[in-house]
Amino acid sequence: MSDLLAARSQMAVSLAFHIVFAVAGIAMPVLMAIAEGLWLRRHHPVDLELARRWSRGVAILFAVGAVSGTVLSFELGLLWPRFMAFAGPIIGMPFSLEGFAFFLEAIFLGIYLYGWERVPRVVHWLCGIGVAVTGAASGLFVLTANSWMNHPAGFRLVEGRVVDVNPWAAMFHSGWSVECVHMLLAAYLCVGFAVAAIHARELLRDGTNLFHRRALTIALLVGGIAAALQPVSGDASAKLAARTQPAKLAAMEGQFESEPAAPLRIGGIPDERAERTRGAIEIPGALSWLAYGDPRATIRGLKAWPREDRPPTAVVHVAFQIMVGSGVLLLALSILALVRRRTLFESRRLLTAIALGGWLGFVALEAGWTVTEVGRQPWIVYGILRTADSVTPMPGLMAPFLLFTFLYLFLAGIVGALLRRHVFASPRLPAS
Amino acid sequence: MTYATLVAVALVASLVIYALGGGADFGGGVWDLLAAGPRAGRQRETIAHAIGPIWEANHVWLILAIVLLFTCFPAAFAAIGTALHIPITVLLVGIVLRGSAFTFRSYGLEPGHVQERWGRVFAWASLVSPIMLGVTLGAISSGTLGMDPASGQVRTDFISSWCASFPFAVGFLALALFAYLAAVYLTLETEDDDLRDDFRKRALIAWEISAVLAIVALALARHGAPLIFDGLMRRPALLVCTGLIGLAALSALARRRYAAARWLAAAQVALTVSGWALAQYPAIVPPDLTITSASAPEPVVRAVLEVLVVGALLLFPALFYLFRIFKSGGRREEGSPGYPTE
Repeated sequence: MSDLLAARSQMAVSLAFHIVFAVAGIAMPVLMAIAEGLWLRRHHPVDLELARRWSRGVAILFAVGAVSGTVLSFELGLLWPRFMAFAGPIIGMPFSLEGFAFFLEAIFLGIYLYGWERVPRVVHWLCGIGVAVTGAASGLFVLTANSWMNHPAGFRLVEGRVVDVNPWAAMFHSGWSVECVHMLLAAYLCVGFAVAAIHARELLRDGTNLFHRRALTIALLVGGIAAALQPVSGDASAKLAARTQPAKLAAMEGQFESEPAAPLRIGGIPDERAERTRGAIEIPGALSWLAYGDPRATIRGLKAWPREDRPPTAVVHVAFQIMVGSGVLLLALSILALVRRRTLFESRRLLTAIALGGWLGFVALEAGWTVTEVGRQPWIVYGILRTADSVTPMPGLMAPFLLFTFLYLFLAGIVGALLRRHVFASPRLPAS
Repeated sequence: MTYATLVAVALVASLVIYALGGGADFGGGVWDLLAAGPRAGRQRETIAHAIGPIWEANHVWLILAIVLLFTCFPAAFAAIGTALHIPITVLLVGIVLRGSAFTFRSYGLEPGHVQERWGRVFAWASLVSPIMLGVTLGAISSGTLGMDPASGQVRTDFISSWCASFPFAVGFLALALFAYLAAVYLTLETEDDDLRDDFRKRALIAWEISAVLAIVALALARHGAPLIFDGLMRRPALLVCTGLIGLAALSALARRRYAAARWLAAAQVALTVSGWALAQYPAIVPPDLTITSASAPEPVVRAVLEVLVVGALLLFPALFYLFRIFKSGGRREEGSPGYPTE
């Protein structure tokens, strides 16, 4: 494995690990605040128990997210020093803002977790809402920095030197809102459904348990609303990619030829050597229509770029199919749960479907990040700086890659076991 | 004063606050490791209770410092990340294990040995991380991270600049100072006189070790970090002042004036960290990168400063509220409106 590949793999592992905790930090507080809000209104003990349990989950996930996020901020310099020397001043602004949002989140969370008996109830609840809001804000800021790598703006290059830096223009470039909305919805979607999956599984064993019933309802509501909105946001993302990153769109769709009325491919495996995609179901003209609103519009295929400027097509196309496929299944599951809401808790088949299918949100999340990150290759800053030119000269990068991989695998196992025991296990509640 | 200098001041300020807060949290882990005597279990409980609500907020100061560094002094960040890859990686593993292990212990799987094992991880990680933080800062100050004018990259063999006596002396000094701070703070975290005296004894020992290590580091600086050495020798008032405040803290501890000792110890550590920064001013990564030469374009630095001011207006009231709830010393008030105990 080359040092470049080791560095990329370490970054991928770190991001794939951190993103799980980051989305949990964004969306779990929403569930927690809803449960506490219900308790403040109705004073049913099950709501308070839910808020407490979920807050323990937030505590565990937030702590691991905070430290794995710290690792990422250092890794930018450890692995990609030349990228940071170039981009640091341009995209530092969102990171600075993120610092403050994260600060406030840590403060609100400290009060929330340890202040049950120390602050008035309404203040406590407001702190929970504060965690949810600042969590979303810090996610949003980091996303503007990431989407800048896809849509570099806010500076000019004159003879290889960066001039006229405008940090606000770099942050609020043309594509920031599209990527941010897509990812925030993804956070609510995958956490909502994962929590629903866990409680649905418990209901299969203990069908009358009020705790799990209430939990499932709240989680499905949050996940379902996000699932309903996500296709609109996904469509906007694809249209943006068509406009600003045509090579990424071509890779997502396995489109090698430049042609009018390009088909939408469902499934299939792109063969990069033969430059064609095999085994896909093709819907004629649908890609042109989705990308440009005109079924006869011309789509640029990958052959329009020299091979060294193309992203790894097979990975991007397959990841994109997995993301969209998972999203569609989750949307179907939401609609089914909505239609059958009266008999939801009695239907073992529906509960089983939620218990198994709920995890697809995280599958979609990781696949989506694969699309956006691998789809940007070979560039670290699209069209401006190549990933290979920004890697550190440090040799032996295999060692830190393996170190962090094992560390994170180990931590993931522990977190899973802890959540199971402290958050999702059936509580002993007073009879109600 | 230029905008870049102001940001550098903010950067040092966040490092100082990180040392006073996050540093003391690491120091708490050290005392967890060294808990002994008939009250060992209760010492550990007090430490966990003191760190719990605030360590995450304290930790953010380090992230803020890093973000300010890469936004406003990108060349310095790139040079440090490249040449000091190894100690920083160890530091990161320590930070990850410390934070996760602390949380895992608080929400332990089973009472008993598993929880105890996480306690060990938390304690050892608290020991390693400050050393690596000090090694990193010491290596930066040693003046060995020179820039190659042709490529604009740092010249390094990735090892020799940090694997030396001065950086490690700074590492152990950082550890001793953090442990000292933690022990002083902990005297105010308990109502129990015996327990308080345990922490007082520890604070006194840590004070002595810190003093010895500070002298060792200063002596090693003569050859290991000449820039720092000269900088400090040119400012004798700074050395004298730090020493006097340290002595005042020692005397407050000896006379059991705990509240005064807390402020004096904090001032002592704050002066030590800012003295180090002042000694190498205006260099950021000596010998080549200075505040001016490593600085980002002015519009960026100015915008960051504006954000810092606005952010501080939001942040400090919130921080004040957090510390007032958990660190005002008072236990739960009468007729508290909060939730019933679980």
